[in-house]
Amino acid sequence: MALKEKLHTLKEKYRGTKMAPAFNALHTFLYLPNETTHNGTHIKAADDLKRTMNTVILALVPCLLFGMFNAGYQHYAALGQPVDFLSWDSLYIGIIKVLPLVVVSYGVGLAIEFLFAVIKGHEVEEGYLVTGMLVPLIVPIDLPLWMLAVAVAFGVVIGKEVFGGTGMNILNPALTIRAFLFFAYPTWMSGDKVWVHGAVERAGTADAISGETILGSYAQNQEVLYSLSDMFYGFIPGSIGETSKLLIILGGLFLIFTKVGSWRIMLSTIIGALVMGLIFNGVVDAGWIGETSKFYGLMSVPFWQHLIIGSILFGAVYMATDPVTASQTNKGKWIYGFLIGFISIMIRVFNPAYPEGVFLAILLMNVFAPTIDHYVIQANIKKRMKRLKPNVA
Amino acid sequence: MSNDIRIRKGLNINLKGKAEKVLENAVTSNFVNVRPEDFHGVIPKLLKREGDTVKAGDPLYFDKSNEDVKIASPVSGTLVTIERGEKRRILNLKIQADKTQTYHEFSSIDVDKASAEDIKSRLLESGCWPFIKQRPYDIIANPNKQPKAIFVSGVNTAPLSADLDFVLQGKERELQAALTALSKLTSGKVHLGVAKDGNSPLKNLKDITVYNVSGPHPAGNVGTLINKIDPVNKGEVVWTVNPQDLVIIGELLLTGKFNAERIVALVGSSVEKPRYFRTVIGAEIATIIYDHGVKKDGNDRIISGNVLSGKQVKPDGNLDYYSNVITIIPEGDDYEFFGWNKPVFDKISVSRAFTFSWMFPNKEFDLNTNTNGEHRAFVTTGNYEEVFPLDIFPMQILKACMYKDLDEMEVLGMYEVAPEDFALTEFICVSKQPHQKIIRDGLDLMMKEIG
Repeated sequence: MALKEKLHTLKEKYRGTKMAPAFNALHTFLYLPNETTHNGTHIKAADDLKRTMNTVILALVPCLLFGMFNAGYQHYAALGQPVDFLSWDSLYIGIIKVLPLVVVSYGVGLAIEFLFAVIKGHEVEEGYLVTGMLVPLIVPIDLPLWMLAVAVAFGVVIGKEVFGGTGMNILNPALTIRAFLFFAYPTWMSGDKVWVHGAVERAGTADAISGETILGSYAQNQEVLYSLSDMFYGFIPGSIGETSKLLIILGGLFLIFTKVGSWRIMLSTIIGALVMGLIFNGVVDAGWIGETSKFYGLMSVPFWQHLIIGSILFGAVYMATDPVTASQTNKGKWIYGFLIGFISIMIRVFNPAYPEGVFLAILLMNVFAPTIDHYVIQANIKKRMKRLKPNVA
Repeated sequence: MSNDIRIRKGLNINLKGKAEKVLENAVTSNFVNVRPEDFHGVIPKLLKREGDTVKAGDPLYFDKSNEDVKIASPVSGTLVTIERGEKRRILNLKIQADKTQTYHEFSSIDVDKASAEDIKSRLLESGCWPFIKQRPYDIIANPNKQPKAIFVSGVNTAPLSADLDFVLQGKERELQAALTALSKLTSGKVHLGVAKDGNSPLKNLKDITVYNVSGPHPAGNVGTLINKIDPVNKGEVVWTVNPQDLVIIGELLLTGKFNAERIVALVGSSVEKPRYFRTVIGAEIATIIYDHGVKKDGNDRIISGNVLSGKQVKPDGNLDYYSNVITIIPEGDDYEFFGWNKPVFDKISVSRAFTFSWMFPNKEFDLNTNTNGEHRAFVTTGNYEEVFPLDIFPMQILKACMYKDLDEMEVLGMYEVAPEDFALTEFICVSKQPHQKIIRDGLDLMMKEIG
C-alpha cells in the first residue's frame, strides 16, 4: 500500500504545523487513523462520529434524490406540460437547480470549518457533514446561490463556531441558516412564487405560473388542489427535500434501527402535533370559530393530515433529533419532542404570514432544551438528597 | 437468605482468548516489583533502604497522610533497587526474591472471638490493609472511619476476566475467616454478590448477605452492587474488597503469614494457550507470557488487568498489586482504508450503523487497541444510558467533572462512583472521550477540595 505509507509520511511532516488539521481531515477521510488507546479502556467500539454522521447523510440521500426529480416534475406541471416523474426532463432541472445548492452549502460550510480548525488548532469536526446536506433540502428551489452562501457563513460562524464548534452549539445550525434566510430575504423564502422552479422570474409576465403550497392554500382558505396520496408520496411543491413523507418515514425508521436517531424525540414530536391538531379540530367542532375566520382553513384540517402537509415530519426525523441541540436526557426528550410538535402546529395555524412553524418551533425548543434537562436532572438530585435526610435526622 | 439483583442495562463484550480452566505454576519470579502508582493517592515514606533484606509481610513503606497504612513486601528477599522519577518520586521498588521464602510471623487470630480493634491493627501492621478500598474516591480505605457497609463482588463480568468460581475453589476456609473479620469492622453488613447461575464457593458462607446477580456487564462490578443495594451518600463510607484478596487476608488471619500468592488468568487473542497460573503479586510477567503465550517480537498490548480498566505494561513489567488477570491483545496502530464508512463485521458496536455485531451475539471478537476514530467533543446522547445501570446521569456527571463544578459533581453522585464504573461508557463512546480518566481526575479534585 504505497498510498498508505505516503500519507503517513506526510502526516508526520505536517504534525504540529498550522496545516495539520486540514491535512488530517482529508487523511482521516481516506483512512481510519492509526491511533491507539492509551489509558482507560484498551479497546473501543467500532462507532465514531464520522460513521454516525455518515448514517444520517445516507438517511437523507433518498430525500435529496426525490427532491431533484420533484423539482423538474413540479416545474413542468406548473407550466402545463407535465412530464413523467422519473424522467430525464425532471432530473435535468434537479441537476441544474438542486446540485448547485448542495455544492455551495458544502463548499462554503466546509471551507469555514477548515478555516476555524486551522486557526484554533483543533481537528475538523464532522458536524457540518450533516448540516451541509440538510440545508439544501429545506430551502426553496430558486434561492439564489449567493444568498445561500451568505446564510451558510452566518449559520456556521454565529450558530456554531462562536460557541466552540461541533457539540457546543445551542441552536441547530441548519435551522439557524434557514432562519437567517427567512428573515433576511423573506420574499425568496415564502409566498406562492418560490416553491416551483421558474415561478419567480415569470411572476407578472404572461407566462406566470403559480406554485402554491398546500399550507398556503389552507392559510388563505382556498381549495387544496392535491390529493392525500400526492401529499404522502410527495408530488407536491415545497422545500426541496421535505415533500415525500414516505421517504422521510423510511429514513426515520432507518435512523431508529441504526440507533443513531432518537425514537423518543420522533415519536413524541408526532404525538405533540397530533394533540395540537385534535385541539384545533375540537375548537372547530364546538363551533367556537366561524367559517369566515382566517384560521378556519387550517384549524379544520383533520388532525392527522397535519403530519403529511408541511415539514413537520422532516423536522421531527432530521432536525429535532440533532443530539447536540435536543434534550440530552431520555425523559427530557419526551417533553422536548412533544412541545416541538405541539408548538409547530400552533404556529402553523396562528401565523398567517408564515404558514409553517416547524423550524421556529424547533429553534425555540433548542433554547429551552437545557432547561428541560435541568428539571429532569433535578429529580435525580432530589432523590439523592432524600436518601441522605433520614441519615441526618 | 438471598436476594436477586438483575441488571438490564449493560453490554457483554465477548472476546477471543478466554482462559481454559487449567492451573499451572508459573516460573518463580526472580524479581518482584511494588509500584507505588498501584495505590492511588498514597504518598510513600520509605521504611527500607536499598540493600535491606525483607521478609514477606514486612512493610516497605507507609502512607505519609495516614501512617497506619503500610505497604508490605509480597516476598522475602533483598530490596535491590528503588527507581525514582521526576522530583525523586518513587516509581518502583525492586526486590530480589529468596530461593526459599520466609515470612514475617504474626500470631494467628481466632476471628470468631477477636475484637474489631485487634483485627484492624493486624490488617494494618501486616500489609493486608491496602486490599481494602473505600468509596468515595476509590482509594485505600481510611482506617479511622467506620464504613456503613462492606461490599464484595464474587462475580466477574468484565471481558476476559478470571473465573472467580474457579480461582477461589477450595479456599472456603480463608474466605470465611476474612469475611467474618470484615463483618466486625462495619456498623452494617457485608454484602456479597455471586453469579445467579454459578456455583461460587462464596455462596454458602456465613456472616454475610448474599445477592444473586444476573445480567450483562457491569453486573459484576462492585460499584453496581453498591448502587443497587446501598448507595453512598455524602459523609458516608463503604469499603470494597476483591475476592481474590480475601484469600490473602484470610490466610494471614488463620496462619499469621502474609502469603501474596495469587492465581492469575493469562488471556487475550494474542495468547496461544490462555490458562491460569499460580504466581505472586508483583511478579515479572515475563515469567508467564512466553510459554505457549505470545511471540517475543509480536506487536501486542500487554495489560495487567482486564481490557477495560487494566494498566498497560511492558514485557519487562510486572503484575500489579490488585489484578488477577493479564490480557494480551494485538496493537491496532495501523490505518484502515475507508474504515469509517465501510460495513464492519469484526468489531463490536452497540449501534447498527453498518456495524453488524448485533447479528452475532455469540461470536468471540478479536479486537485490537485501535481507537476506531478520533477524539471529539460530546455529540451523541442517550447511548451511554443504554450500558450504564447506575441511577446516575453519566454524561452530565462527566461534563461536571470536566468543568470542575464541585457542587454539581457532589449532587450528581460522585461519592458513589469509581472510574471502572465508566469503562463501558468509555468503550462505546462515539466521541472517544477518556471517561475513566475524567472521573479519576474529578475524584482527585474532590478529594483535594472537600476531603
